[in-house]
Amino acid sequence: MNLNQLGIEKTDFKAVVIGGSAGSFQVITKILAEINPKFDLPIFMALHRLKHVRNGFIEALALKSNKIIVEPEDKEAIKKGMVYLAPANYHMFLELGNKIALSTEEMVNNSRPSIDLTFDTASYVYKTKIIGIMLSGANRDGAWGMKKLKERGGFTIVQDPKECTIDTMTTAAMNITKIDLVLTSENIIKFLNALV
Amino acid sequence: MIEDIEISELRNLCQVILEKYKYDFNNYAMSSFKRRILRILEIYKISSVTALIEKIKYDPIFFKQFLNEITVNVTEMFRDPSLWRDLRDKILPNLFSTHQTIKIWHAGCSSGEEVYSMCILLKEMGVLDKVKIYATDIDEPILAKAKEGKFTSKNMIDVNEKNYIRLGGLHKISNYYTETTGGFVKMDQSLVQNVTYKTHDLVKSGVFNKFDLILCRNVLIYFNQQLQNEVFKMFHESLFNYSYFVIGSKETLIWSDVSSKFIVVNSEEKVFKKVKE
Repeated sequence: MNLNQLGIEKTDFKAVVIGGSAGSFQVITKILAEINPKFDLPIFMALHRLKHVRNGFIEALALKSNKIIVEPEDKEAIKKGMVYLAPANYHMFLELGNKIALSTEEMVNNSRPSIDLTFDTASYVYKTKIIGIMLSGANRDGAWGMKKLKERGGFTIVQDPKECTIDTMTTAAMNITKIDLVLTSENIIKFLNALV
Repeated sequence: MIEDIEISELRNLCQVILEKYKYDFNNYAMSSFKRRILRILEIYKISSVTALIEKIKYDPIFFKQFLNEITVNVTEMFRDPSLWRDLRDKILPNLFSTHQTIKIWHAGCSSGEEVYSMCILLKEMGVLDKVKIYATDIDEPILAKAKEGKFTSKNMIDVNEKNYIRLGGLHKISNYYTETTGGFVKMDQSLVQNVTYKTHDLVKSGVFNKFDLILCRNVLIYFNQQLQNEVFKMFHESLFNYSYFVIGSKETLIWSDVSSKFIVVNSEEKVFKKVKE
């Protein structure tokens, strides 16, 4: 994938934020398995998951992953090249000063973690230097967060709704925000690897 | 609807609150504090932070509501059932092996779900009358709610009961409340006979007693690290030597000044033991 043709450069970005819900698990595992191990931007993932199941999810994602995935602790310092997964029953916020903050506040769109909140706080911190990626999902969580990310100058990508197991989430995002790229999961991986 | 808030506006707001009401929000975590402010602007239909500052300056009654909204009051009974199992099977028996009576502090108890969880646990262990509990919060209205012990039936069934079953409680959780009107349940008040509710601001109120067990779960996540560090020191001072300290499952004190004065008892459930004065 040629970034220049898209009018962007590697150095434009400092972080990636990914949102997903029903049907996104396979896509995430594929991304993690095929992403270049040298990809060094931090990746923040807000994925809908069972509230009361703390263990197992990260282990499942880690099985074939090229990257180290952690569920951050509150105020954990952000490191390059790490993948951060929002823990069960917590919202994951990005905090000024290169930190992650967690919150147990009200559910948003019936979700905790909420994709909207991770996208909103991440784009507040990284402004134009962030890529937001929305994957398959069955509710509207994330659409507003994508809108905020775009308004602050971030770069927006959604998984091609035709490829999504459930396209409610990607379609909701596309309906209220100008999406820069609509890509299949294969091409999302190519895009990310072009940033290395 | 207001779209965004600048950090400088939040600083101004904190300054006014500190001067007028002596509450210090300067070291609250920015991301969540900003969200709470946006939420307040929306709920009360206030057009800007400047307008909010004016309202707070001249309306002390509104400030109480503000305080109530700024604090996160989402909680559940027996959140993380595996922690409660550890308390029941290890931590509390351990304390009772050397103590006739113990003192517990629920710091930032919000609407009281965790206090009731503890009392139910203690009752099922047969030691409820051997425990003195202090439950504190910065927010008076929420303490009044905790005292009342009224929870929504929906939460009781959707969240609390499920957690209680996962914990493996002795009975049915419905043994501990009665249905009331309007979709609420009222908790059995005999459970909380030994509970003292008290307003306490973790930022400024300081040490007020000594404890054998302190629980402060998912409260300090709303503070920045500098403030967390100060509060950890205060908790350390409030604990007897060889007593226990429990924080949220995704919190840590490992980087704090008092970290070397605690040992980790359960790393998953974030149970620490004070081993040094």
